[in-house]
Amino acid sequence: MFRALVFAFLACCFMPMQAGAQDLQSLLQTHRDEIAAPSRSSVGVALDDLAGSGVPAVATFLELWQDRQVWQREADGLFFLAEEGEGGVYTLTDIETGEVVGTADKSELTELRPNGGVRREIASALVQFQLSAPDIERRIAAVDAIARAMNADQLTPLLGAIDNEPDAALRARKERLAGMLAASFAETTQERVAAIEALADDLSVDVRAVLNQLLTTNRSVALAIPQGGNVAAVLEPGSDLSLDTAYEMLVAAELAPARVPASAILAALTENIVDGTVAGTPTAELNTTAAREAAYAALAEQGLVAPTVIEAEAQAAIAAHTYFDVYNESDVAVTDAARLALSAIETRVGVNQFVDLSLDALSLASIYFLAAIGLAITFGVMGVINMAHGEFIMMGAYTGYVVQLFIPDYTISILVALPLAFAVTFGAGVAMDRLVIRWLYHRPLETLLATFGISIALQQLAKNIFGTQARPLTSPGWLDGAWSYNDVISISYIRIAIFILALIFLALILYILKRTRLGLEVRAVTQNPGMAASMGINPDRINMLTFGLGSGIAGIAGVAIGLYAQVTSEMGSAYIVQSFMTVVVGGVGNVWGTLAGASLIGFLQKGIEWFNPSNTLAAQTYMILFIILFIQFRPKGIVALKGRAAGD
Amino acid sequence: MTRTVPKTFIGRNPSVLWFLLALAIFTIGVTLMAQAGFVSTSFVKTLGKTLCLCLIAVAMDVVWGYCGILSLGHFAFFGIGGYAVGMWLMYARTENIVATSLSGRPIPPTEQEVIDAIGTQIFGVVGSSEFPLIWSFADSLFLQLLAVVLVPGLLALVFGWLAFRSRVTGVYLSILTQAMTLALSLYLFQNDSGLRGNNGLSGLQNIPGYEDVSQASLSIAFFWASAVALAAGYVLFAWVISGKMGSVIRAIRDNEARVRFLGYHVESYKLFVFTLTAVISALAGALYYPQAGIINPAEIAPIASIYLAVWVAIGGRGRLYGAVIGAAFVSLLSSWFTGGGAPDINLGFYVIRWTDWWLVLLGLSFVSVTLFFPKGIGGLFDMIVINRPVTDRQGDYGPDKGAWRREEGQE
Repeated sequence: MFRALVFAFLACCFMPMQAGAQDLQSLLQTHRDEIAAPSRSSVGVALDDLAGSGVPAVATFLELWQDRQVWQREADGLFFLAEEGEGGVYTLTDIETGEVVGTADKSELTELRPNGGVRREIASALVQFQLSAPDIERRIAAVDAIARAMNADQLTPLLGAIDNEPDAALRARKERLAGMLAASFAETTQERVAAIEALADDLSVDVRAVLNQLLTTNRSVALAIPQGGNVAAVLEPGSDLSLDTAYEMLVAAELAPARVPASAILAALTENIVDGTVAGTPTAELNTTAAREAAYAALAEQGLVAPTVIEAEAQAAIAAHTYFDVYNESDVAVTDAARLALSAIETRVGVNQFVDLSLDALSLASIYFLAAIGLAITFGVMGVINMAHGEFIMMGAYTGYVVQLFIPDYTISILVALPLAFAVTFGAGVAMDRLVIRWLYHRPLETLLATFGISIALQQLAKNIFGTQARPLTSPGWLDGAWSYNDVISISYIRIAIFILALIFLALILYILKRTRLGLEVRAVTQNPGMAASMGINPDRINMLTFGLGSGIAGIAGVAIGLYAQVTSEMGSAYIVQSFMTVVVGGVGNVWGTLAGASLIGFLQKGIEWFNPSNTLAAQTYMILFIILFIQFRPKGIVALKGRAAGD
Repeated sequence: MTRTVPKTFIGRNPSVLWFLLALAIFTIGVTLMAQAGFVSTSFVKTLGKTLCLCLIAVAMDVVWGYCGILSLGHFAFFGIGGYAVGMWLMYARTENIVATSLSGRPIPPTEQEVIDAIGTQIFGVVGSSEFPLIWSFADSLFLQLLAVVLVPGLLALVFGWLAFRSRVTGVYLSILTQAMTLALSLYLFQNDSGLRGNNGLSGLQNIPGYEDVSQASLSIAFFWASAVALAAGYVLFAWVISGKMGSVIRAIRDNEARVRFLGYHVESYKLFVFTLTAVISALAGALYYPQAGIINPAEIAPIASIYLAVWVAIGGRGRLYGAVIGAAFVSLLSSWFTGGGAPDINLGFYVIRWTDWWLVLLGLSFVSVTLFFPKGIGGLFDMIVINRPVTDRQGDYGPDKGAWRREEGQE
């Protein structure tokens, strides 16, 4: 009794509403079953009908449907927006007007739960409504959705949504996207060619993908090239495609009988062994391909196995047919335009890639410069090669790691780590000079070995303290990401920062060497230690300070390298050989020489990698070979010391 | 004060005789102990490998201690020798295995099938089954043994000619040789180098044709072969560094420019020493890796060549037996420490595990040897030789502190 009353009350309440909601609700009711239980393959019809109806509330409905907020009342099959209220009672809201039309118990309702596939279909139907939505977020989302999956239906709504777009950036994106859609889907050839030609100015990846899509080909075989087909290329079997593939294509096109593969021939022969012979041939003689084929042919004549095609027949069949690639796009004018546009784009992409590669090479060169300049200074002044230089780099990186353990703010910790790394490695360098190097002046080869001893001890020490796993050295947030000029040219901020750091140190070292008393004394000792000592310069002190300075810069380099590479106990040895190369190529005891050496090696390495991008090992191999040859022509490096300072 | 110099080679170099005697006693002793079961097969292999390391150390001593070229590339030659012999070992052994597995078939395989099966066996790990070009001669033991000598010899000849011709000396030369080694090992690390990338060659301890012989007998055979090679190499190098040519070689070490002004063609002498030692190193490698059983590019990495220099320096440069002592002492000690043979030291607050600390100890002892005992372990022998020959050289030894003339004149 009570329920009957409630029902009557409810019916009274929204009878008039229903009249107002006639449009959307009745539209939905015509597709009631499909909406209530949609499937991905068949929902399209209903969606097209809804989208084409012109009812403004369709967009709202589709969004709610997609979000699984639409419920169906089981009693009459009507669709509502339902929200759970107190005590499991649901409030029903009309989708078109947004008015509350009543409540219902959960048992009276069915939730519409479209699956993922259906929701994607709904999303693509929604796009055309969202393109002109007042909310810019939704417009951007709609444009993103089109860019992800382009199809012919999107062109008209997109074109319609360009003129009323208030946001300039989004409008540009829409125009660009419309151009890409027009290239693929516009009605007339002229429109498409015009759109393709407009695209030729753009070198982004998605434009290239659109053009490549237009130029996809299908390989096929026939007796002659068919008339009217948009043929991309005629292929020569044996050079453009292998003979085996060519014959397989014939078989696949049912233009020739299949050949029996060698393994099947062997199996058939094995099955037909009679008293140690196959078709009269002793098995011991079947150890060549020709003998096996002959025996198989004999078996085929006896009707024991299916006949096969011998080599000569296969070649004749291949020769009798033509192999060609056909564009999937039938319009010749379109493919010609696309090819022209693509080649124009690729030329410009090539130029841009060169610029990008140069930027990469520049950043690599600045890393090598930082790693090698300390080595170059000590080698120039003292004639000592410090094999532990790489371990000073490592020490600097670990200093940065330890600082980050104590200072959680990455910006401050890097600012603290740089001078601290310098201080730590400066101290280590001075200690090493006092304890070891000083006693080995005039014995350069033994210095090399003694510093190597220190190097393995330091490396193992770091392993014992910090473990073998890589330690992170996190860069501050403002160094994340990359600066990109277009889709091809981009460089990460961290590399720019390292480049700037290298510039700062170049300036600093030049200032110290050319403008300070210390620099004057360093240059004097570099040129002639004996004469410098006679002039009142203490070579021991200069050596100590130079060694400290060189080591300190290695520490700074360590922090810089650690920011983008991992900090391990072996990181130093990864850079030491490149540093040596830089010094050797650049020439000893000259800052500009080191700069030239670092640039040469950086650009060379990137250049070789460009030829063979997958193989950095090969790149390093060839680079070292080049350097060995380079030394032949300039044994003293690019910038050689002249006169007496050169030693001999 | 004049003293008659003995005419015979042995008479002028009594240490050669003592060395050969010691080596013979050691070899026979180890063989007898192995037969009696006191020494395990794996330890015989370790000793055999150590003898090969001693041989390359002697070569290193000649090129560095006598000729003054600190080559950080001799382990590359060692590795090339190992690879050359390893290619034949691996090919021949795989061929045997494939032949056995295919012989079960009722129809004999074609030649191509055999080669394909071997290729799949060997290059399966690097995702290939084609034989690269450098394996063209892998089926011939003779040609591969020829390669052991020729490839490192030619490489050393070309590299040395380029380097010495442009007067690259001292530290520069060391770094160049190190670069050469690095380039080679990086090249071999690639999968498409044709030598199985970082997998290297394996299963080399099984000698094709001698599958029935036990590893115990094989290890003794290789031990003897290594000992004979060491003895022959020692005598060869002792002969090279004695006499007039030896004097020129040592003179180049001490003052290259002066030797050049005296009219000697310095480059030829250096090239001869460099190439000869490279070939001997390769022979040592060819004997080493069948005992080790596996070779991979990591063995060629520059660090190995630096360790070689460490052995020679600790043993004592400029005397051949010093190099032998250094190589044997340091490499055996190293395997004792890293193999967990050395007991841990408990300091109360920290336990020193030698597997972790051995390299620190080695590095520091290396520094102290360079600083305080430049003569190395071999220098200890000076103390026992009481009857020192009186030098017939008097007067000035030249101004260069790096030169060793004074010390040598006193020997």
